[in-house]
Amino acid sequence: MSLAVHQLRATYAFVERNANIVRRYWSWEMVWMIYSIADSLSVSFIGMGFEQMGGGSSEVDGRYLVLYFVIGTLVWRYLSTIFYWITDVIGIERWEGTIEYTLMAPVSRLTHMAGQTFFAVIYSLLFTAVVLLANVVVFDIDMQQANLLGGTLVLLAGSFSFIGVGIMASILPLLFPERGSQMTHVLIALLLLVSGVYYPVSVLPSPLKEMATFSPATYVLGGTRQALLEGVSTIELWIYIWPVLIMGVILIPVGLWIFRQAELYAKRTGKLHRNG
Amino acid sequence: MSNAVVVNEVLKKFGKPTDQTWRRLLPYKPNTNGSKSQDNGRKPIVLAVNRVSFDMLEGEIFGVLGPNGGGKSTLIRLISTLLLPDAGTITVFDRDVVRQPRQVQWMINRVSVEASFFKKLSPMENLLYGARLYGMAGGDIRSKVIEILTRLGLDKRAILNPMEEMSRGMQQKVAVARALLSRPRLLLLDEPTTGLDPRSKREVQAVVRELREEHGVTILLTTHDMTEAETLCDRIAIMDQGSIVAMNTPEKLCTMVPSPNGHKPTLEDVFLELTGKSLVADEEKEVA
Ligand SMILES: Nc1ncnc2c1ncn2[C@@H]1O[C@H](COP(=O)(O)OP(=O)(O)OP(=O)(O)O)[C@@H](O)[C@H]1O
Ligand SMILES: [Mg+2]
Repeated sequence: MSLAVHQLRATYAFVERNANIVRRYWSWEMVWMIYSIADSLSVSFIGMGFEQMGGGSSEVDGRYLVLYFVIGTLVWRYLSTIFYWITDVIGIERWEGTIEYTLMAPVSRLTHMAGQTFFAVIYSLLFTAVVLLANVVVFDIDMQQANLLGGTLVLLAGSFSFIGVGIMASILPLLFPERGSQMTHVLIALLLLVSGVYYPVSVLPSPLKEMATFSPATYVLGGTRQALLEGVSTIELWIYIWPVLIMGVILIPVGLWIFRQAELYAKRTGKLHRNG
Repeated sequence: MSNAVVVNEVLKKFGKPTDQTWRRLLPYKPNTNGSKSQDNGRKPIVLAVNRVSFDMLEGEIFGVLGPNGGGKSTLIRLISTLLLPDAGTITVFDRDVVRQPRQVQWMINRVSVEASFFKKLSPMENLLYGARLYGMAGGDIRSKVIEILTRLGLDKRAILNPMEEMSRGMQQKVAVARALLSRPRLLLLDEPTTGLDPRSKREVQAVVRELREEHGVTILLTTHDMTEAETLCDRIAIMDQGSIVAMNTPEKLCTMVPSPNGHKPTLEDVFLELTGKSLVADEEKEVA
């Protein structure tokens, strides 16, 4: 059997396994879905609240604000879901105790990550689509002048950079068997703070504003808002696309390299297994 | 027959290197007195595998016995590329486990004491995942899973229900099936029958024998069941505190110790004699 066929089948192993896990934990998926919808809606309602508090006569445009928040919560849900599925590549197997079996199989880390990433992107797209649907039902969203194609392009380009960030963070559970998974929450919270999910990054004080430049989410949020709120043309969105593409091109190989080092470190120090 | 596995002067320590790195960064240097164990709550150094050497012939069933913590599982992890040795070399069918891990991984599989599965997934789903990693196609896997698991006495219904609903012994059988699916040339069995009832034990033992006889699979087996070791293994190594203290055929091992009370010594007598002494010796050292 050719190497390519084998690696392709191995890639599918991760996709199928994750799909099975989602299916078997379906009640948990429902809980998470309801949480995500409630979270998105409650933030987006702030837009309408603002308009009312402003007395209706001021320059506050409620519908604009609602869409601003809807985009923020959806993009963030999409990116963070990708992030968590990828960082969990080790965490989930450590939890179940299967990690040694996966790491002793003749599968390259690239194949391993490709499978996990492919699933992560598909899952996140579907999940976010359902949350979007809930928003469309609740809010009277007007997308007439939105550049939908441009917004989608920005989102897909941004996926690559978040895949890189996810791969880097996935080494934490490898290095710190007990606390590694919790550490990934810190990273995502910092990205949430500096990337302008609920506000323009220009409101941030100096050190945070500089950090925003390095967060891929800043560009994805900026780009999708320009596309969907202002209807900016796809050509003009390029300034949001190239930074995240470059980040992806750098972060993914670097992430894989770091992961490889972490794996060797774990194999040297015996951090893969807990017992037996 | 050629060598299937060559283990040469292999050494594996736990607990040291990382601590040293941190120590260098400390502003003050805690006094270690050059002793082996480290203070301020650090884990002491454990010599899990201490300059171990042996060869395994192709098609051989090689047993490793030893007390808890003797280093058996560590040795198996070193061979299965899950741990990197601190010194020494290991080759599996002439491939080096450190330099050519991928080639080695193709040829091996392993069963460990703990069953290690996705608990909410069924045996079928778990085995589909496991076998796809070795490049097998879904259809082949499904039919082989049914074949192997029914052979091991698991009923069809259990194959499609979540693993968490199964007893430990049943899970262990699925673990055996996982290792067989990829058709390894070298099978590493770390206490495969621990926790199995007598009948299930025999079923697994029969499979082990058949693998060797019909497919020429080379097998490394650890067990705490002396009868199992005696009946299955061509040769046995006894490992204590990381070192091999004796290695021979089961019959020859039994001639190594004086007969306890007129009876011919059993493998258990040999085990107790060879691994007991060093314990006493150690206590004496500590007192001194
Ligand atoms: N990952 C690890 N980190 C630190 N120490 C370890 C690790 N794995 C094993 N050890 C230590 O190495 C020694 C040998 O352990 P090992 O698991 O190889 O023994 P064993 O012979 O398999 O024992 P058992 O019969 O109980 O399974 C023990 O002292 C154990 O505590
Ligand atoms: Mg063990």
